[in-house]
Amino acid sequence: MKIIVCIKQVPDTKGGVKFNPDGTLDRGAMLAIMNPDDKAGLEAALRLKDQYGAEVTVLTMGLPKAADVLREAIAMGADKGILVTDRVLGGADTWATSTTIAGAIRNLDYDIIITGRQAIDGDTAQVGPQIAEHLGIPVVSYAQEIKVNGDTVTVKRQYDDRYHMVEVKTPCLITALSELNEPRYMTPGGIFDACKAEITTWGRADLKDVDDSNIGLAGSPTKIARASDKVRKGAGEKFVPETPTEAVDIIVGKLKEKHVI
Amino acid sequence: MNLEEYKGVFVFAQQVDNKVDGIAYELLGEATRLAAPLNAKVTAVLVGSGIKNLADSLAEYGADRVIVVDDPELKDYRTEPYAHALASVINEFKPEIMLVGATAIGRDLGPTVSARVATGLTADCTMLEIGDFPLVAIPGKESEQKHNQLLMTRPAFGGNTIATIACPNNRPQMATVRPGVMQKIEPKKGAKAEVVEFNPGFTPNNRYVTIKEVVKAVNDVADIMDAKILVSGGRGVGSKENFKILEDLAEVLGGTVSCSRAVVDSGWKPKDLQVGQTGKTVRPNVYFAIGISGAIQHVAGMEESDIIIAINKDEDAPIFDVADYGIVGDLNKIVPELTAKLKAEIAAK
Repeated sequence: MKIIVCIKQVPDTKGGVKFNPDGTLDRGAMLAIMNPDDKAGLEAALRLKDQYGAEVTVLTMGLPKAADVLREAIAMGADKGILVTDRVLGGADTWATSTTIAGAIRNLDYDIIITGRQAIDGDTAQVGPQIAEHLGIPVVSYAQEIKVNGDTVTVKRQYDDRYHMVEVKTPCLITALSELNEPRYMTPGGIFDACKAEITTWGRADLKDVDDSNIGLAGSPTKIARASDKVRKGAGEKFVPETPTEAVDIIVGKLKEKHVI
Repeated sequence: MNLEEYKGVFVFAQQVDNKVDGIAYELLGEATRLAAPLNAKVTAVLVGSGIKNLADSLAEYGADRVIVVDDPELKDYRTEPYAHALASVINEFKPEIMLVGATAIGRDLGPTVSARVATGLTADCTMLEIGDFPLVAIPGKESEQKHNQLLMTRPAFGGNTIATIACPNNRPQMATVRPGVMQKIEPKKGAKAEVVEFNPGFTPNNRYVTIKEVVKAVNDVADIMDAKILVSGGRGVGSKENFKILEDLAEVLGGTVSCSRAVVDSGWKPKDLQVGQTGKTVRPNVYFAIGISGAIQHVAGMEESDIIIAINKDEDAPIFDVADYGIVGDLNKIVPELTAKLKAEIAAK
């Protein structure tokens, strides 16, 4: 079984966020981590590898330093890493990103593609289903459980008020929720392997069946009109009451003032 | 793509088990507002099996026209037949704007359809407006500024930033919108819409998955998105059992208990009570944040509440930056006493 896991290096949103003058993200200025949903997707792939035997390839698109998350993935147990990087791919929206990644995947054999549901920087949850669409394969999003039996994959698919047990035939794409599992740590042997591992680097010319009009900033249908830090409602009044009774009187007073009671 | 051919504001009217989801009415309300400056009609796209009878309620909430795609293959949501239905409607009827709920269905359907019809999609929008792109014309290139564009505003980076996005060269302009953000219109009783039946044909292929089992969550709790008063607890509540003091407070006020992600992760409360970026967006009249530190992902889901009252023993908790009234103190002492006092106040009326 061959599994491709798409991962993304993302800025840790707990830190600050920086923009370039053109409104795109200044990713170079922020601390970078492996996107949490993607890490759950990788863990799911590694568990399938442990259980059934599989070759796990991790693939990312980004700046050259995104190779770091590929090495982290190899240290966790992935077999191969592919970095898709090229200046002409920069500034891509989800459409241009998904056409690019699909173009890279067309070079590979696979049974299952796993992506995270969404990345913590954009939070769009779009790239996974869009890759499946470009490749013409079925997608099952929001996976809470993944089981494999021959060419049939059974997925517990989460909805707002229910779940579906869904059967899908390979090749297919599954998007993983971080609730799916608890990702393993890197092992010392894995870290050693990761340092030695050769990362395959692909550029624009390596993408299969992708038109220039569908990549990078120019090939992105959505355009940023304005981007800014969020202006939050300021803090209101803060009280440090001496006793619980005083605290209760303050709250009840405010609820009366606002005609809640 | 001839952009001029694309007319009208369309809404994907999500239904589950042949019941219209509240998001459909919210989107119709927003579509009605967007259609006014465009002089456009509002169309609801209703997809399912045995659902024609739902068209009238969509008319009451603002649909001028309802396109019904009714087929046995569409009984339960599956990506492929639903994407085929919506993409076929778009190709046939050519909407200028297509709105979809940012639900667990819409966030799967939206990207698949946008890729199929080759247009842009902006996810999880919190504000939509009609305006110019670029916002300010580039000097010397005034004629290149496009008017009557859909400007889609959304949070990103866990709510740290907001971005306004346009889709100037492709149609339809597609957006998913978070539930609980847009306002329904006052329903027009007895309103009728033009009903158009459309079936593009459904032939199962490799992309049709098989649903083996549908398991509905046992849901005896009120929807936190409808609550006027929410008593929300975080990790600081300390245990599953200790939520009792929050439940007592909620009961006295006729409110509902909700929680932060930490509480769901600890298994103290189910996921459908979770407020925040990965939970629900709420805007009650009063939001009590009790033992909630106020991580930005939580705040993103509740900051539009009318009145926020925070109780936390940590004076530096970020929740105090958004609270209208912040109380530094021990929730275990304050909450039961507050419940008792409110009970007495209400009884005295």
